[in-house]
Amino acid sequence: MFNVLTEMLSYTFIIRAIIVGGLVALCSSLLGVSLVLKRYSMIGDGLSHVAFGALTVAMALNLTPLYVSIPVVVISAFLLLKLSERSKLKSDSAIALISTVALAIGVISISLAKGVNTDVFSYMFGSILAMNSTDVVISIALSIVVLVLVILFYNKIFAVTFDENYAMATGTNSNLYNMIIAFLTAITIVIGMRIMGTMLISSLIIFPALTSMRVCKTFKSVMISSAIISVICLLLGIIISYVYAIPTGASIVMVNAIMFVIFFVVGKVLNKV
Amino acid sequence: MKQIECKNIVVNYDSNIAVKNVSFSIDKGDYLCIVGENGSGKSTLIKSILGLEKIKSGEIIFLNDLKRNEIGYLPQQTIVQKDFPASVFEVVLSGTLNSRGIKPFYSKKEKDLANENIEKLGLKEFKNKSYKKLSSGQQQRVLLARALCSTKKIIFLDEPITGLDINITKEMYSIIKKINEQGITVVMVSHDINFAINNANKILHMQKECKFFGTVNDYVNSEIYKNFIGGSENV
Repeated sequence: MFNVLTEMLSYTFIIRAIIVGGLVALCSSLLGVSLVLKRYSMIGDGLSHVAFGALTVAMALNLTPLYVSIPVVVISAFLLLKLSERSKLKSDSAIALISTVALAIGVISISLAKGVNTDVFSYMFGSILAMNSTDVVISIALSIVVLVLVILFYNKIFAVTFDENYAMATGTNSNLYNMIIAFLTAITIVIGMRIMGTMLISSLIIFPALTSMRVCKTFKSVMISSAIISVICLLLGIIISYVYAIPTGASIVMVNAIMFVIFFVVGKVLNKV
Repeated sequence: MKQIECKNIVVNYDSNIAVKNVSFSIDKGDYLCIVGENGSGKSTLIKSILGLEKIKSGEIIFLNDLKRNEIGYLPQQTIVQKDFPASVFEVVLSGTLNSRGIKPFYSKKEKDLANENIEKLGLKEFKNKSYKKLSSGQQQRVLLARALCSTKKIIFLDEPITGLDINITKEMYSIIKKINEQGITVVMVSHDINFAINNANKILHMQKECKFFGTVNDYVNSEIYKNFIGGSENV
């Protein structure tokens, strides 16, 4: 085990993946608690598809992927949020429409552009080889922004998540904080999709929150434990993907799924005691 | 001393008129009950004052230094997700948020206030319990404690006793009475007309438009009251 770890850490790309992945896991799990409780989980999924579309278009036009996908995904996040606010019923189908269209744009631009075909699999399902050093610097900077904002707005995020109308009636600008949450989610998805893949990134948002809610019963403990769970799952996932040579994103999702089952059982047992 | 003045408020619900040309004012220390049948626009009216419903025309003016972030509110049946992880303390403490402005974290002052209101409403033993595991009466008291954390001036209650049993209803009423006696203005939407005329000092009778606004004494002598009571006795 120890040998495997030292061997892994001798590769720069794995260290990059661990740093960026760890930060993304942290950000996405914190945002995930609010998104899951507000029933916005699908927004994360929709955004990752949009990110895929933006990414492939950027690749085809020879632009830096992050510079194109960040503004596109942020704008889509605001749009999806507005859709969800307007009518709860129609928003899931609206998200599905946007997702598939973005996916279609992505696939078309891949097929039109020459020479990027080999990367498709890695964009869809993640690759720890995908990060270059510029990506790492940008990712770290953005993750820090997300983390600081989440901590600063923690109490407001709780209030808006728990009871949006009350927050609004008593003078808190709920819309502003919804926008901030959507904005931060968009950024987290763009950073995370290189490692996790666009198809799997939303699991990083949904799983840790759901897992920790099986056992923890206060908002603060859910936030803290889902952050810890998320980072642990990510590290285990990277190790397993290295050892068995399987795609990193898929490996992280499976570790999260197993963790969820464990917490589910523990939660059931604790409830009975 | 007037706290809120409403002039000719009109609220549309889709394309239907929910509130039509309602004018009234709320004085400091009032105990105003808004009564009327189901669908008469009572809740819509207070939601529009709270900024949760857009008014189509008219004016809502906050007077004498009352600010939007100095209002307490007990919503009608807050639908909180069943598995929402939150302790009673977290919920009550969130009521103090509006006085914090942009300052990110709670200070001891806010925590003390939350504790004080938890104690006032007899929730001390539940402080660290999970909100969702409480009975509906207990949840209602938690939300009232939260509302008290938000205000020292005025509190809006939207059918605070719906779905509660008789004993808990009495208890809620006496708590609300006490709040009013401490100088906080109470504005309550209520179905319970008998309670309203025995406890409030002013009545607003809604039927899309304002059918009556004035003191309780004038109200019990009014035609609208007699019709309303007569009507419900026939049912």
